[in-house]
Amino acid sequence: MKKPLDRPELDELHIVNISRRTFLKELALTGFVLAAGFPLLSKADETAPHTDEAKYGADAMPHGWVDNPLVFVAIADDGAVTIVCHRSEMGQGIRTSLPMVVADELEADWQRVRVEQAPGDEVRYGNQDTDGSRSMRHFFLPMRRVGAAARAMLESAAAAQWQVPVQEVRTEQHQVRHPATGRTLGYGQLAQAAAKLPVPDRDSLRLKKPSEFRYISKGRVGLYDGQDMIKGQGQYGIDVRLEGMLYAVIARPPVYGGKALSYDAGEALKVPGVVRVIELKGSPPPADYNPLGGIAVIARNTWAAIQGREALKIEWDKGPHGSYDSAAYRAELEAAARQPGKVVRNSGDVDAALQGAAKRVSAEYYLPHLAQAPMEPPAATARIVNGQCEVWSCTQAPQVSRERVAKWLKLPEDKVTVYVTLLGGGFGRKSKPDYIIEAALLSQAMDGQPVKLTWTREDDLHHSYFHTVSVERLEAGLDARGKPVAWLHRTVAPTISSTFAPDSKHQMTAELGMGVINVPFAIPNLRVENPEAEAHTRIGWFRSVSNIPHAFAIQSFVAELAAEAGLDPKDYLLDLIGPPRRIDPRTLEDTWNQGESPEVYPVDTGRLRRVTETVAREAGWGRTLPKGRGLGIAAHYSFVTYVAVVVEAAVGEDGSLSIPRVDVAVDCGPQVNPERIRSQIEGACIMGVSLATLGEISFKDGAVVQDNFHTYELTRMDDAPREIRVHLLPATDFDTPLGGVGEPGVPPIAPALCNAIFAATGQRIRQLPIRDQLRKD
Amino acid sequence: MTTLNINGKPHQVDLPADTPLLWALRDHLGLTGTKFGCGMALCGACTVHLDGEPTRACVTPISAAIDKKIVTIEAIDQDATGKKVQEAWLALGVPQCGYCQPGQVMAATALLKQKPQPTDADIDAAMSGNICRCGTYPRIRAAIKQVAGLKKETKS
Repeated sequence: MKKPLDRPELDELHIVNISRRTFLKELALTGFVLAAGFPLLSKADETAPHTDEAKYGADAMPHGWVDNPLVFVAIADDGAVTIVCHRSEMGQGIRTSLPMVVADELEADWQRVRVEQAPGDEVRYGNQDTDGSRSMRHFFLPMRRVGAAARAMLESAAAAQWQVPVQEVRTEQHQVRHPATGRTLGYGQLAQAAAKLPVPDRDSLRLKKPSEFRYISKGRVGLYDGQDMIKGQGQYGIDVRLEGMLYAVIARPPVYGGKALSYDAGEALKVPGVVRVIELKGSPPPADYNPLGGIAVIARNTWAAIQGREALKIEWDKGPHGSYDSAAYRAELEAAARQPGKVVRNSGDVDAALQGAAKRVSAEYYLPHLAQAPMEPPAATARIVNGQCEVWSCTQAPQVSRERVAKWLKLPEDKVTVYVTLLGGGFGRKSKPDYIIEAALLSQAMDGQPVKLTWTREDDLHHSYFHTVSVERLEAGLDARGKPVAWLHRTVAPTISSTFAPDSKHQMTAELGMGVINVPFAIPNLRVENPEAEAHTRIGWFRSVSNIPHAFAIQSFVAELAAEAGLDPKDYLLDLIGPPRRIDPRTLEDTWNQGESPEVYPVDTGRLRRVTETVAREAGWGRTLPKGRGLGIAAHYSFVTYVAVVVEAAVGEDGSLSIPRVDVAVDCGPQVNPERIRSQIEGACIMGVSLATLGEISFKDGAVVQDNFHTYELTRMDDAPREIRVHLLPATDFDTPLGGVGEPGVPPIAPALCNAIFAATGQRIRQLPIRDQLRKD
Repeated sequence: MTTLNINGKPHQVDLPADTPLLWALRDHLGLTGTKFGCGMALCGACTVHLDGEPTRACVTPISAAIDKKIVTIEAIDQDATGKKVQEAWLALGVPQCGYCQPGQVMAATALLKQKPQPTDADIDAAMSGNICRCGTYPRIRAAIKQVAGLKKETKS
C-alpha cells in the first residue's frame, strides 16, 4: 500500500527567511487585516501522483494536504510566532484548534502566537473546503508535522551555534535549551538561522508523545477570536470596507430557473443614494454554483440599495419550476415511497422474511426542506484593479470561489485572490460561492470599483441551496418476541447531485452512506430502496445533510417497534445494534464511507453500543418522571463519529413542549480541543431541536413561502433545552483515528426528542417540524 | 445633516431621516460591530443601547435617535456591567461563530443593569429576542448568571 506520506517534495526548493516574511497588509482606511504578501512558491505542490490505488481522507480531497512549515509558520526576530490557518472559521473554533496543534508540536508559547488566515490557494495550503466535519480529522497529523518540523529546524540552528549534537538540545516554551551547559536561546534569536536550514524529511520528525502535549487535549487554550467577537471587532464577510466602496443588493428570480422578462429601473434610480441598476444574466442548468441572475441595485449604502430594489418594477418569467408546491410534492414522494424503487442495499430475503413474520409494522416519516440561515447572510466584496480581482468573503470554499470567479470574469486563476473573513455561521450554505461570483460580476460591471454585495435575510431564505425534502418509509417484520427479522427502508428525496447534473433522481452514494445503507443493525434480512425524486430547487448541504432524515426515520422507527413489542426502547436499540463488531462498510454496500479508509474507519458497533450505554446511564434512563414528561433515546453514526442522545421532554396539558434536559454521549476518537467539541455538540443539539420543532421551508407556485425569522422560525433562548450535558468518551490513545465533530451531533436529536414526546404523551410524531402538532387547544 | 451622539461623541451623517440607525453605524461610521441579521427586529443582532434601553438598530430610523445617547458594542466595555458581561462571555467560552454575540452582549448588559439578579424567566424574557444559530444559549444563560453571582459577591 502506498504510504500516506508519499508526496512530491518541495521542502528543499524554497527556503525563505521566515523571520522576515511579511504577512500583513493593512488597508489604511479600514483597518482590515489581510493575510497577504506571502512569497509565492515557484513550483506548485502538485497533487499526489496518479495512481489507481484508492485514496482516502485528506489524500482523496482536491489538492490533498500540505505540511511544509515554511507555508504555515513564520517566526519574527522578537519571537512572535505567526501560524497560518487555512480552514474557515465558522464557529467550530478551527482558527484556535489547528494553530494550537502546530504550537504544541512547535513548543511555542500560545501567548506569543498570532493566527493569520490563508487566502484561497489549495496548491499552497492543501484542501480548504471547510465542510464534512473534517478539518481536524484531515489536518491533525499534517499540522503536527508542521510544528515538529519547525521545532527541529530551531533545534538544529541552536545545536549548530553551540556546536553540540542536536540530540543534546531540548525545546520548551519558545526556547531551545542545552541542559548539559544550561545555555538557552529564544526562538526569535534562532529564527533567521533556522530559516536557512533545509526542512527536515517528514519521516525523520519526532512527534510528541501524547503525554508531552501541552495544549492538545487539554482545553487550556481560549478561543483565539473570542475577544474580537465579543467586542464587535471580528471581521466578517459583511463587515468588509474598502475605499470608494459601493453597496449592492440583487432582486433574483423568485423561482429557481426563472428570469427577468423586463424591468423598469426608473423609480429605483430616484431613490437617494442609488447609483446604478444592472441586469445580471442567469445561467442555464445545472445550478452548480452559478449566480441566479436578476436585477442589481448599486448604491452609496446598503439601505439605499435595499430601498432601490423595493422600487424596481420587474416582470418575471417563472421558468420550468413555477408550479413547485410542497404539499403536492409531498404526495408525489409518498406515492414513490409506496412503490418499489432502485435497490441500494440488499441482505438476505426481505420479502420472504416479511411474509413469514409474526407481525408487520410500517411507518412513513416526512421532513421538509430547511434553510441553513446562518446569522450572517451571504455577503462578499470585490474589486478589480489592473486586471487583478480581489474578493473578501465569508466562504467555506475559498479555492472553489477563486476558480469560479476566475471562470466568470475570464481571468487566469492567479489573477484572482479570495480572502477569507470570519464566517457568521456557515452550515453548508457558504460552501456555494454563488454570492461571491455575483459580487465579482458587479465590480466588473462598475469598472472594477469595489462593490459589497449583501444578501438580506429574505434573499437568504428564498435562494439557499436547500436541505432536501424527504419521505422515509420503513417496514419491519417482527418475530414472535417482537424482534425484527426483516427491514425494508425506502428513502425518497431529491439529491444534491441534481444541483450539478439536473437529471439526477437518485441519492448518490455519499447521501445513502449517511446512515441509511450503512445502518449497522443485526437484522438478517435488510433491504434499502431509493425510488426516484425530481428536484425543483437548488439542493445543497445543510449541517449533517442526509443523516437528518435517515436518522430521524430509523431511530423513530426503532422506538416504534420497541413500543409494538412492549420492550424498553434503549434495550431494544442495543439489541438491534447487536454485539460489538467491526464491520467493513463495503459489506453494507457503502463504498463511500465518508471518504475514509474502510480499514482505518470500520463501522464499530462496539463504539455505537458504548455511547448508547453511556448516555443511558448518565441520563438516568428509567428514572421516574412526573406526568407529562418522558425520556427518548437515539443513536447515530455519522462523520465517523458515534453519538447517542437522551432527551427529556415535558409536554404540558395544553400541548406546550419544553426540554428540561438533553444528555449527549460522543465518541469522536481522540479529542484535540475538548472544550470546543463540547460547544459544537451543545450547538448541534440546539440546531437539532430547532429543525425538529420549527424548521420548514415550503414552496408555493415555485417560490419559497418563508421570508424572515417570523415565518422561518429558529429556536430561541426560551425554547432551547434548559440543560445540555455532553459526555465525551475518552479515547484510548492518539493512535485511534479522529472522528468528525461539527455535524454528527445534529442527527440523533430530532428522533430522541420525538421518542421522548411519545414516552411523555403516547403521541408519535412522524412529520417534522413538530410545531403545533401537540397542541390541545 | 443629522448629529448622533454615539459612544459619547457627536457624529454627523448626511442621510435621509428614515435611514435605519444600523446602516448609518455600519456603512457611514464604520461601526460594524452592530450586525445585520434580519432587518425586521426579529433576531437582535443589531442591538444597541438608546439611553440605556436595548434597541434594534435595524428598525430605528436615525431621526428617532437624535438627542439620545447611543451606545454600541464597540464601547460597552466602558460600562462596568458591560465589561463584566464580556469577561464572563470569554470565561465560559460562549461564542461560536460570534456573529450574534455583540447583540447578545448588549441585550445581556441591559438586562443585568436593570435586574442585577435576573431569574431564569427574566433571562428568557430579555434574551429571547436574540437568535443564535450556533446554539450558545446554555452558555449565555450561564454567563449571565455568573455575572449576577459575581455582583453578589462584590456586595457582600
